[in-house]
Amino acid sequence: MEGELAHIGAGLAAIGSGAAAIGVGTVAGNYLAGALRNPSAAAGQTATLFIGLAFAEALGIFAFLVSLLLMFAV
Amino acid sequence: MATETTEAAGVCVDAGGSALGMPQLCADWMPNQIFWLIITLAAIYFVMSRIALPRIGAVLAERSGTITNDIAAAEELKNKAAEAEAAYENALVDARAEAQKIVAEAKAEIQAELDVELQKADAEIAAKTAESEKAIAEIRDGAVKSVAEVAKDTAKELVSVMGGSADAKTITAAVNARMKG
Amino acid sequence: MATEDKAEGGLVFHPLDQFIVKPFFGDGPVQWYTVTNVTIWMGISLLAIVGVFVLGSRGRAIVPSRIQSIGELIYGFIYKMVEDVTGKDGVKYFPYIMTLFLFILFANYLALIPMSYSPTSMIAVTAVLGFGVFICVTILGFVKNGASFLSLFWMSDAPAILRPIIAVIEVISYFVRPVSHSIRLAGNIMAGHAVLKVFAGFAALTLVSPVAIFGIVAIYGLEVLVAGIQAYVFTILTCVYLKDALHPHH
Repeated sequence: MEGELAHIGAGLAAIGSGAAAIGVGTVAGNYLAGALRNPSAAAGQTATLFIGLAFAEALGIFAFLVSLLLMFAV
Repeated sequence: MATETTEAAGVCVDAGGSALGMPQLCADWMPNQIFWLIITLAAIYFVMSRIALPRIGAVLAERSGTITNDIAAAEELKNKAAEAEAAYENALVDARAEAQKIVAEAKAEIQAELDVELQKADAEIAAKTAESEKAIAEIRDGAVKSVAEVAKDTAKELVSVMGGSADAKTITAAVNARMKG
Repeated sequence: MATEDKAEGGLVFHPLDQFIVKPFFGDGPVQWYTVTNVTIWMGISLLAIVGVFVLGSRGRAIVPSRIQSIGELIYGFIYKMVEDVTGKDGVKYFPYIMTLFLFILFANYLALIPMSYSPTSMIAVTAVLGFGVFICVTILGFVKNGASFLSLFWMSDAPAILRPIIAVIEVISYFVRPVSHSIRLAGNIMAGHAVLKVFAGFAALTLVSPVAIFGIVAIYGLEVLVAGIQAYVFTILTCVYLKDALHPHH
């Protein structure tokens, strides 16, 4: 019983991946919109883009980690 | 599930060789990873800071120095080329001037020769003309004299035929007067 | 155990078995000094780095060979990153940052070789990296700036009432940094490799194996990208933290 609940929890935690996808999409989309408007300023902001992507993605990875912990370590 | 971990064959591994729980969280394996990680990082840092980074930095500096030098050399060569072009232009102008001078000299020489020849020719022509004029004058003089003589003779004959006698002096005077007209 | 439950159904998933640490020579318990598969792959990373950066630049050629130009590209890339993010006075920490970047980059890429092991997917490894950066940067901040390093948490341009609240949030986010810093790297690499293994498990089913194999190829391509990006992100975040330590005033 406990194991089944853990599996359900793991599945719920995986929703976080979708949320992270929204975040990554927002970052990348806004970057692209800005870059198309002012292409000359785009090159200087790639570092910021990657940092933002990493932050957004890290939270999704946390959700994945919670899911893994529930699956294998609880 | 966590209870199974302790009774497994190996540490964090079950009898079948599969992982129990996450291998990442197996505390028994961590000291090993940390120890070797620190060794590896120390080795990489040593190799990088002692050998690789100074060497690559030196190569990059040398390359940028070489590029700067090469650009300077190219600039110098360009200047030299420009100088050579200027010299060439100068030489060309000089040569053109020289050529014009030679042409002018040649023209002057030819002109002078021509003048001399022309004068000579003129002189010859003048001499010939003078000769011819003299001949013509002689001929004319001769003709005038002959006309006077013929007129005198004719006048004398006419006078004598008409019964008069006339002395030569009068006739001559008359004829001369007539001829002067 | 989830894997054992599945084993009876014909589909066998052991996505985390690839991360098991085992002695490389013979059997026995894993002591802290044992040469394990982790050790071997860290050693291979070290050899690859030495191969590219020491043997590759051996010629010191003005016109570089291919391997030398790879080394020079990475050198220039990281040098410029350090200089841009931390400023001129951060350049003297360049060898440390280069060491971190090279280790993560080479470990990530070597882990993509089939049957290899990925040291950067282990929490212990990335925690040492992340907390090492955190501790060094914090000590450096206090050594360089003294107590004024604490002004990093005190937003002097915020409204006075909000300042304590912001300070609490800033302190919390400062202490979360090493955790997210290390888990981001380990989680990304682990997730990618686990997903690859899951797809490989599906490939055993005849019906879905073409889709699964296509999925493996696609995920592998994504992992190639992720391996580079995570090394880059880890390095640039290290640079950002270093900048905070050197110039805590916003």
